[in-house]
Amino acid sequence: MRQKGAQILTKCLAEEKVEAIFGYPGGAVLDIYDALYHSPLKHYLVRHEQGAAHAADGYARATGKPGVCIATSGPGATNLVTGLANAYMDSVPLVAFTGQVATPMLGRDSFQEADIYGITLPITKHNFLVKETGDLPRVIKESFHLAATGRPGPVLIDLPKDVCQKEASSGYPQNSQLRGYRPLPESDPLQIEEAAAAIAGARRPVLCAGGGAVISGGSAALRQLAERCSIPVTTTLMGKGVFPDDHPLALGMLGMHGTRPANYAVNECDLLIAAGVRFSDRVTVRADAFAPEARIIHIDIDPAEIGKNVQAHIPVVGDVKTVLEQLCRQLPEKEEGAPWPARLARWKEKYPLKYERNSGKIKPQYVVEQICRVTGGRAIITTEVGQNQMWAAQYYTFTRPRTFITSGGLGTMGFGLPAAIGAQIGRPGETVFNIAGDGSIQMNIQELSTAVSYRLPIKIAVLNNGYLGMVRQWQDIFYGGRLAHTEIPGPDYVKLAEAYGAVGMRVSKPAEVPPALEKAMEITDRPVLIDFMVDRKENVMPMIPPGGTVSKMLEE
Amino acid sequence: MYRTLTVLVENNPGVLTRVTSLFSRRGYNIDSLAVGRTENPAISRMTIVVEEDNNVIDQVTKQLHKLVDVIKVDDITEEEYVDRELVLVKTDADATVRGEIMQIVEIFRARIVDIGQNTLTIEATGDASKIRAIIEALKPFHIRELVRTGKIAMLRGGRFTTTKSGD
Ligand SMILES: Cc1ncc(C[n+]2csc(CCOP(=O)(O)OP(=O)(O)O)c2C)c(N)n1
Ligand SMILES: [Mg+2]
Repeated sequence: MRQKGAQILTKCLAEEKVEAIFGYPGGAVLDIYDALYHSPLKHYLVRHEQGAAHAADGYARATGKPGVCIATSGPGATNLVTGLANAYMDSVPLVAFTGQVATPMLGRDSFQEADIYGITLPITKHNFLVKETGDLPRVIKESFHLAATGRPGPVLIDLPKDVCQKEASSGYPQNSQLRGYRPLPESDPLQIEEAAAAIAGARRPVLCAGGGAVISGGSAALRQLAERCSIPVTTTLMGKGVFPDDHPLALGMLGMHGTRPANYAVNECDLLIAAGVRFSDRVTVRADAFAPEARIIHIDIDPAEIGKNVQAHIPVVGDVKTVLEQLCRQLPEKEEGAPWPARLARWKEKYPLKYERNSGKIKPQYVVEQICRVTGGRAIITTEVGQNQMWAAQYYTFTRPRTFITSGGLGTMGFGLPAAIGAQIGRPGETVFNIAGDGSIQMNIQELSTAVSYRLPIKIAVLNNGYLGMVRQWQDIFYGGRLAHTEIPGPDYVKLAEAYGAVGMRVSKPAEVPPALEKAMEITDRPVLIDFMVDRKENVMPMIPPGGTVSKMLEE
Repeated sequence: MYRTLTVLVENNPGVLTRVTSLFSRRGYNIDSLAVGRTENPAISRMTIVVEEDNNVIDQVTKQLHKLVDVIKVDDITEEEYVDRELVLVKTDADATVRGEIMQIVEIFRARIVDIGQNTLTIEATGDASKIRAIIEALKPFHIRELVRTGKIAMLRGGRFTTTKSGD
């Protein structure tokens, strides 16, 4: 059957069973929007294209399925850029469509022309500029395949207007044929044997699980291995949720703002089993002093991650879940009462995360704890970036994978609200909470309007300290307290929420925190924003200063 | 040290940019790069000379493999291979020195491909050391212009760096 390019596009999206498209129209995508008008595909109109990319990202992280977004050419396309870079850093499957000027107009600085293909080369897993309508089905098939398989990532398809208007055959290919793409490298059985032997022989092993463990669906396998061999588990920021925080073997997050037990354990372990981590500098802080006594087993689906930041003694290329399962099968059960886990359990008791509980002020940590309580630890939490993000990671007890949605690699302020929208659309039955900072929330506050339009009951907890708090913290600690442009007055958030058609609340006393949250939980037909007037100068602790080691850890 | 990589890529628009921007973004040094179609018009071959230590080369190779348009990467540095570069050199050459230059050209089995009123243009092919030597030999006559290709390389004997199916 012959159809117009735009119709081929909507047909292919239906074939891919796309449930949600986040987008914003414009001249170059008029034909696509006309095709959407005639299509049963569900499209969500955002208020800024960055919101579309982050919403698709939040949708993808919450569901495990690729997120889809659309923007027009030029400014629409460039507005997607931060969202694509964000998804690329955190290995999130996205397929982004951008309109483009018609092919005869390309390269002439035409109205709303931007070389989005060139711009996004280094921030996508792959990208396409489609010049023939007939290529569309193949390109779309390949894009979804590329985005979702192997190490996932964003793929961009740039669509000149005439390509959407011309007709071509619309048959959708069954599978894609990319000879240069091998998403699933076979693990070497010898490496797995060697890893198993190392685990069996280790006296002080630690498992470190990252975003790759979440993506591979490796949560159960991880838990099985940890319990079978009594191995304590720490997670990276991206790994939060893959291992239950309330498990006796859980050490919490490691790294710059990690827990003492996690960082001590990594510092003293003789074997580190790193599963789906990329050894970010926020994890290692100082790569050359990281896990100084340990042999390192590095399991990752992306061979290029091995040896990139930290040298692995036993590299295992492969899918994290599969490898963990294989390891489990090769390892005998360890008897109870090993001295190492017992020692870590003592550290956990001795060094809990702590903050001043009787200050009379609303402590941001307390707000997070209360959010955890009212949601039974079962909400999907999105965050903004800064202190709010770290407190969310530290004080919410995560028990399920894909429930902590945060901008780990790029650290994008303004991510949390649109990501919450995407997550809520992808998982309508769940409670979705955006733990926000007052600076970050203003970066994509316009998306509150999107959430109101679609009657999404997302909750937004603004930890309002009147500062770009994390930057203020660094200025206080490392720049002699010279607070250069980090005090950031905001609007009246209650009025703002109401102006958008959401519910707004303000909380100024600790005692008001629980009832406000309980009230928020009862609202099911629109978003709620709660403005928590928190202690303005609270710092995120513990902290290993940049370039420092565990022995340099700061604590208030 | 210098490593020689031969890289088979899909002959797609943008593939050269993908490869070169990968090198610049990750801070790897390209010494030379030559690219052209293979016997199969859908596939191009790049010969890339990189100056890096082994750890970095390992990363370069893996990062190249990650590019969807890259079909195959071979580090042939330790293999037996034939390699060639081509250089064109235009030197000052008035009547008094022409004979001398022609002698040099002969010794290097190079060729004179153009003659101007006071210049000679010389074409030479060979491996990197031969090219270096002829350039050195011509320097005293004052080189006005020089253009050279990157290195191209091919394994010796019955061994190949093409894909298995030959496509
Ligand atoms: C888009 C963007 N711009 C700047 C930064 C740098 N930055 C990191 S944290 C931070 C402060 C965030 O302030 P706020 O949202 O109020 O969070 P808080 O730390 O106060 O909880 C800033 C400016 C960033 N991460 N992202
Ligand atoms: Mg703040």
